[in-house]
Amino acid sequence: MELSYIVKFAPAFLKAIVLTAELAALGIAAALALGAAAAVAIYHRTPALDKLASAYVELARNTPLMIQLFFLYFGLPRAGVRLDAATCAVIGLAFLGGGYMAESIRGGLEAVGKSQIESGLCIGLTRLQLMRHVVWPQALAAAMPSLSANAIFLIKETSVFSVVALADIMYVANDLMMEGHSNETNLMMVTAYLVLIFPVSLICSWGEKKVRSAGFGG
Amino acid sequence: MSEDSSNILVIKNLNISFGERKVLKDLSFEVAKGEVVVVIGPSGCGKSTLLRCINGLETIESGSILLDGVNIAEGRIPWPLVRQKVGMVFQSYDLFPHKTVMENILMGPVKVQKRKPAEARAEAELLLERVGLLDRRDSHPRQLSGGQKQRVAIVRALCMNPEIMLFDEVTASLDPEMVREVFDVMLELARRGMTMLIVTHEMAFARAVADRVFFIDEGVIVESGPPEAFFAAPRSLRAQKFLNNFKFEDVKTKKTSL
Repeated sequence: MELSYIVKFAPAFLKAIVLTAELAALGIAAALALGAAAAVAIYHRTPALDKLASAYVELARNTPLMIQLFFLYFGLPRAGVRLDAATCAVIGLAFLGGGYMAESIRGGLEAVGKSQIESGLCIGLTRLQLMRHVVWPQALAAAMPSLSANAIFLIKETSVFSVVALADIMYVANDLMMEGHSNETNLMMVTAYLVLIFPVSLICSWGEKKVRSAGFGG
Repeated sequence: MSEDSSNILVIKNLNISFGERKVLKDLSFEVAKGEVVVVIGPSGCGKSTLLRCINGLETIESGSILLDGVNIAEGRIPWPLVRQKVGMVFQSYDLFPHKTVMENILMGPVKVQKRKPAEARAEAELLLERVGLLDRRDSHPRQLSGGQKQRVAIVRALCMNPEIMLFDEVTASLDPEMVREVFDVMLELARRGMTMLIVTHEMAFARAVADRVFFIDEGVIVESGPPEAFFAAPRSLRAQKFLNNFKFEDVKTKKTSL
């Protein structure tokens, strides 16, 4: 184990962590928005849109991210749409993640019982008020564990970004691996992912506890 | 009976079906202001459905429901408006678990009726005081017993200042020692002149609180009358059979006579 090697290349990994974190954050945020939209369409049985959303969920969850990235990065230019690698990465992650997020959010929405809805209606809430004050807060609390798991899963999925030549953690590690020093490189790569994911994991479990203690399940 | 203005609720020829099954058949009755009507009958007889169609939780097939002289069954008045006048309490309390007791109570008055929070809060505190739960105003529902939750649910409905209160088997999932505390609240409401339509299986309570009792079976009102007469000497065979379900001493006498 050569410490000097680690010191020399640590900054490259640091940069890779920052890039990976940025792309993951954007991708996850977009996935949440996409997932929420799909979940709403499916939950409310919006004509036509619900079928479209279901089809999207199946497509997103049943194709690997690498294939989705290939399509965005190598396929689309043939149709005249040229996107840079980072945009492809974020869109790809959002597309994949949206499918998972949609299912989690839909599950949360459906976990709010019919009697809760009726008791909200009984105090005169409109449908919109009902969703905002009664259904969504409880749905998100119920969906929290699976939303967290999705977020962490999506961060790990960023490891395929290197196929579109983005200098993420995996890409940097691969690069260094070619030059030997595989032990040091492996160590730095694992550390880099831990540094990235562990805090997210902590925040997620804190968030889960927070929503639970906020009174869900009473 | 005439449709004079003292009737808060007038139901005429109400029909409801679930698919092929007729749940309520041509039901008609009136409830006067300040009157307490208790509805009893075997499970599945349509008594819960009757309550639920008064605030639009069930769609009716035909007939009219006049609340304060206005037909609410036509759909011309939006249900959220109607529901502000009709308080309803369910068997399973259905407080909002993510809100405190006070937030549960204030949601209707503040978000729906757009009343000033301070004024609504003052009323909520008064009502909570009356049901003995003022000190629990900042608790979450999960920190309360079943009986306490049900009393909060009653306050939540009352705080909208409804014209009529509907109670759908509100003690059916409570432990026996908590049933009393909820009944006491309802008896107090009756004393204060609240108009109430109560579905219950507790015959002793029905007898104590009711001005009139309806016995419903298979979607029709088989018998109705003052509780004293009904419970002492039900006229119909079906009501007699039904009331026998609540008499355990009959079983013993039958056994010894075998």
